[in-house]
Amino acid sequence: MATEAAPRLATDGAQRRGRAVRLSTRDKLALTLMVGIPLVLVGGLIWFPTIASILLSFTNWDGIGGVTTAHWIGTENYHQVATIYPPFWPAVEHNLIWLAFLTLVATPFGLFLAYQLDKQLRGSRIYQSIFFLPVVLSFAIIGFIVQLIYSPTQGLVNGVLGTHTDWLGDPSINLWAVLVLVGWRHAGYIMILYLAGLKAMDPSLREAAAIDGAGEWHAFRTVVFPSLWPINIVIVVVTVIEALRAFDIVYIVNKGRNGLELLSILVTNNIIGEASRIGYGSAIAVILIVISIVPIVVFVWNSFRETEQA
Amino acid sequence: MSDPSPPATERREVGNPTLSRRGLFAGGLAGAAALYGLTAGGAAARSLSPALRGALAAGTVSFGSNGSDPVPKKAYANVFKAFTKKTGIGVKVNTVDHNTFQEQINTYLQGQPQDVFTWFAGYRMQFFASKGLLSPLDDVWAPLKSQFASAYQNASKGADGHYYFVPIYAYPWAVHYRKSVWKQHGYTVPKTWDQFVALAKKMQADGLTPIAFTDKDGWPAMGTFDIINMRMNGYDFHVRLMAGKARWDSPQVKRVFNTWREILPYTSDGALGLTWQEGAQQLANKEAGMYMLGTFVGQQFTGAVQKDIDFFAYPMINPKWGQDSIDAPIDGFCMARKGSNSKEAKALLSYLGSAAAENIYLASDPNDVGANRNANKSRYTPLQKKSALLIAKTKHIAQYLDRDTRPDFASTVMIPALQQFLNKPDDVNGLVSSIQKQKVAIFGS
Repeated sequence: MATEAAPRLATDGAQRRGRAVRLSTRDKLALTLMVGIPLVLVGGLIWFPTIASILLSFTNWDGIGGVTTAHWIGTENYHQVATIYPPFWPAVEHNLIWLAFLTLVATPFGLFLAYQLDKQLRGSRIYQSIFFLPVVLSFAIIGFIVQLIYSPTQGLVNGVLGTHTDWLGDPSINLWAVLVLVGWRHAGYIMILYLAGLKAMDPSLREAAAIDGAGEWHAFRTVVFPSLWPINIVIVVVTVIEALRAFDIVYIVNKGRNGLELLSILVTNNIIGEASRIGYGSAIAVILIVISIVPIVVFVWNSFRETEQA
Repeated sequence: MSDPSPPATERREVGNPTLSRRGLFAGGLAGAAALYGLTAGGAAARSLSPALRGALAAGTVSFGSNGSDPVPKKAYANVFKAFTKKTGIGVKVNTVDHNTFQEQINTYLQGQPQDVFTWFAGYRMQFFASKGLLSPLDDVWAPLKSQFASAYQNASKGADGHYYFVPIYAYPWAVHYRKSVWKQHGYTVPKTWDQFVALAKKMQADGLTPIAFTDKDGWPAMGTFDIINMRMNGYDFHVRLMAGKARWDSPQVKRVFNTWREILPYTSDGALGLTWQEGAQQLANKEAGMYMLGTFVGQQFTGAVQKDIDFFAYPMINPKWGQDSIDAPIDGFCMARKGSNSKEAKALLSYLGSAAAENIYLASDPNDVGANRNANKSRYTPLQKKSALLIAKTKHIAQYLDRDTRPDFASTVMIPALQQFLNKPDDVNGLVSSIQKQKVAIFGS
């Protein structure tokens, strides 16, 4: 976001000043640097790899020898990914389940926590800290925690419940076992974002709603929620991005196999590692890009709209 | 990636190991003359020819090691100490976490690899040799030939017939068990598949998990597939299958999965959630009766348990083949083409192939057996002796599924496929046709 904003502001400034005064050499230099460096960074770190991935996805490059050894094979990779690569559709499904879980369970729960904690409860700070604590843990760490509490023989869950469930090895439940902890972290994240929004909200709005006799749920639905629209957008985007970039936790648990396949994992398995099927992995990456672009477009569109309004 | 060694925690050591300090300084000087000295040290050093780089680093050889666990790390350190003492050539070791090393091998060999590095025999070496990333070692092998059995020699050759690999040790895959448990219940070593299944049934009745089995790591199940395949269809079929020449949806492969299905009810519950170390614990704790794994499983046992462990070769299934093949992966060393290719590097490789080096190595890591014919067997533990005997008397030595086939096929197709089989053992037809389609996509035929 910062890199995108920088050149835009710089150009605005240049236009405005350009009408009034001529730019000195120093100004020009400064402007060139301010526009140029972010441009190079965005181009080199975002657009070049993206376009390279798209091009490579139509080749069979194995990563050995120069790119010149790659052969153009058209949409063959895409065809194979969709037809004969068994982990692909489960991975798509798991990404969607991930997204649905975060959207329908974890995010609303985060909102609920924020709303409750905004009510000046005694010990609100302590609760906030407790719920926010998992957010400071990386998913890699949470992956290790997952293994400790779900281990079939020595794990906490089976120990407490007295069950013998194979939480992580059984592909019909391991995704849900992992999602519980993902939700645990995600809810805290959403809570903090929303709490910030609630704190900034004009309290008179809520008072007015109360005076008009609106119940709590009614007031939330018709007054609080709509007035926090910008925050809501951020939360939607954060939720979608979290769902699509999910990787670390399942990689730590079982390298993202056997019920925990995700698109990001398949990209990694094919490209990194000894396999080195760069073209094939790129095709999966492009599919992930296409899926990701939708929420990104929504986000960018919204932020532009806000700037125009402002 | 899927190599049967315990995970480790060491991280890549800092510093560029291909360049000695002297080399870096010289590179920096050359760069300063050419390019204002701005960050040119690295660039200039990279632009030097390998030979020149080797000359700059005269007197040392760099070594890339995947031996990140304490046992092999110490064993290698001892070997290099002896090498330096003998030849005056220093060895700069760069140790990388075992699994990370394998996963990065592609970029490693194309970047600035160490002169000599740890690797595996068989197709997994031939693949990189055919891509031109390894240097041939025929001159190193000339004096070594008489010291290695032909199985080791063949496993060290590339597809072009040149040597690319120097072996140091091997470890057979066999069925491990605790002698005390077997004595207590009066079990005897099964010779045939029927006896094996009957024994498993009996163990289950005795309240044991008959066969400890784990596949969370993805590779251990390959061992069972390999051995049933070789027992039923013979070594040659294994080779053709791994090379992409035989069909995966053939009746032979279906038979392997169907036979494997017979023993699945006798294996550990939740195998897909268990690591191989947890399987070893089941055996150590007397919960399980048997455990099919490489002899490296011994690293998990200590004291009385260690002495109580024994193993037997996988039972015969088809009398035509008897017990004539096993997996006994060979570990050893290659020389990176992008390394210095110096005479010091070759001196190190010659030494690593010698019986002297193996003796030092095995003294610190007694879970393997020496590859060199002249390795000192008198100090072997009883199990080491048994391993050596098993390898010696077995006609065909295979390297293991993920070493006998293309790395991309093993990791992106076979690991998920075997896990799928363990989840849904009934859909063998669907499974093998899926493997076959992916095989065609990867091998191109």
